[in-house]
Amino acid sequence: MARYLLSVHTVEGQARKPMTSEEVQQSHQQLSFIEGEMVSAGVWVFSGRLHEPDTATVVRVSDGEVVTTDGPFVEAREHLGGFYVIEAADLDAALTWASKVTAAIRTPIEVRPFADFADEPHA
Amino acid sequence: MSPTPDGARDGDATAKVDEAEVGRIFREESGRAVAVLVRVFGDIDLAEDVVQEAFAVAMRKWPGEGPPPNPGGWITTTARNRALDHLRRESRGRQLLGEAAVLTSGDDDTGMPGEVGGVPDDRLRLMFTCCHPALSTEAQVALTLRLLGGLPTKQVARSFLVTEQAMAHRLVRAKRKIKAARIPYRVPEAHELPGRLRPVLTVVYLVYNAGLASSNEPDPCAEAIRLARILAALMPDEPEVAGLLALLLLTESRRASRLRPDGSLVLLGEQDRTQWDRALIKEGQAIVRRCLRRDQPGPYQLQAAINAVHADAATLEETDWPQIVALYDHLLALTPTPVVALNRAIAVGEVQSPAAALALVDELDLDDYHAFHATRADLLRRLGRKCDAADAYERAAAMAPTDAEREFLRLGGRSPR
Repeated sequence: MARYLLSVHTVEGQARKPMTSEEVQQSHQQLSFIEGEMVSAGVWVFSGRLHEPDTATVVRVSDGEVVTTDGPFVEAREHLGGFYVIEAADLDAALTWASKVTAAIRTPIEVRPFADFADEPHA
Repeated sequence: MSPTPDGARDGDATAKVDEAEVGRIFREESGRAVAVLVRVFGDIDLAEDVVQEAFAVAMRKWPGEGPPPNPGGWITTTARNRALDHLRRESRGRQLLGEAAVLTSGDDDTGMPGEVGGVPDDRLRLMFTCCHPALSTEAQVALTLRLLGGLPTKQVARSFLVTEQAMAHRLVRAKRKIKAARIPYRVPEAHELPGRLRPVLTVVYLVYNAGLASSNEPDPCAEAIRLARILAALMPDEPEVAGLLALLLLTESRRASRLRPDGSLVLLGEQDRTQWDRALIKEGQAIVRRCLRRDQPGPYQLQAAINAVHADAATLEETDWPQIVALYDHLLALTPTPVVALNRAIAVGEVQSPAAALALVDELDLDDYHAFHATRADLLRRLGRKCDAADAYERAAAMAPTDAEREFLRLGGRSPR
């Protein structure tokens, strides 16, 4: 088994046709159904949705001191809106789950493998 | 290894071979060896390295001793033994070795078991891994040529007009992704096949076209046909696989007539049709007929059928153009691209008139495509619009991908005498 990050990328200001409240509800239902499937298949590790990037704070070391600044690390039109961490046998299996999620929320998803999973104590 | 010749090689097993011949045999056989070893050891880099080491041994031994009776088996066995040596020496290899021992025990010296009915050939697995949609088309093509075609990185680079360093980087990156992201090593299931087969066929087609545009040794066209033959043998129930093979065979039948000795291009209508390779045409047309009976048309089968119609005509004038237009209509319905529409318009020009063809061509949005301007130029010339034709030839020449085509178009679509 390998661990994958499924990150949901939201593009700010993109002329995506806004969903009707009915569609939003339907999308949420589909999503919770898929998440249920992930849990019962033993695939789901963790998932979460994030607030808008303007709620972010960055800390960094500058001249030996930790400096705190307002705002996201990267100012970009695309930002991470949410993510799943899943465990799957191979990339095809991970892509199958990612396909289900993107079909439900109509937002692109990046699938990326975690490094060194085999070295982790619970592997 | 036993030096006794087996029946398959009829006593020439002890014949001396030169280094070029060793290279040729090796390219023929190395894809299978790499594929088997990737399955056994689960590591592409290791498989590649040890097959390369086996090649070095073959280069040393075969010219003096002659190739072994079963070169493919010899390569696989030699490479496998090298891999086992490497793994025994390395601590990280011990774990791999445990799994590998189970799979490799019980093989005799002639190597791994060959194809067994119903068991997918390892090369097919490797082809689907190399052409996984998670890899870029460039990476798919490079991996296929390197791993299945056994071409050195330098030659893969030359076929695609990039530096050896850039190609090496591309290959390393692709292999790292296969490993890190766990791109699986298996033949897709039936329901996945339509989407997964498409890039495999595209890669073989691109390899062939790379060969048409160059004159490299070893010949990418021959390599593409070899890959298409392997696919067709391993997937006999896929009509588009058969269609691709037929298309390549029929295109190949005309290749020798396509260029003059000086490298300039000869148009279909001006080619010496007695030079077309009848054996390839016969084989290609037989496949097209089987496809027609199966009646599950696809883009490759239709393009093959169009080429089969051309191959039937003893002269350009005898070509069954209405049949070709009908096939293009079908192709355009399946793949409504402007390039297909352009080719259809050319056929319409033969059935109706150059004016009818020009009207169709002028509707197409293909301003960046040299063949669009070349086609317009030819139609304008036939309509007697000399100035417009000259402009179009000039634009086409400026965009032509090869020197031969550029020269041809510079001369106003006329061949140098």
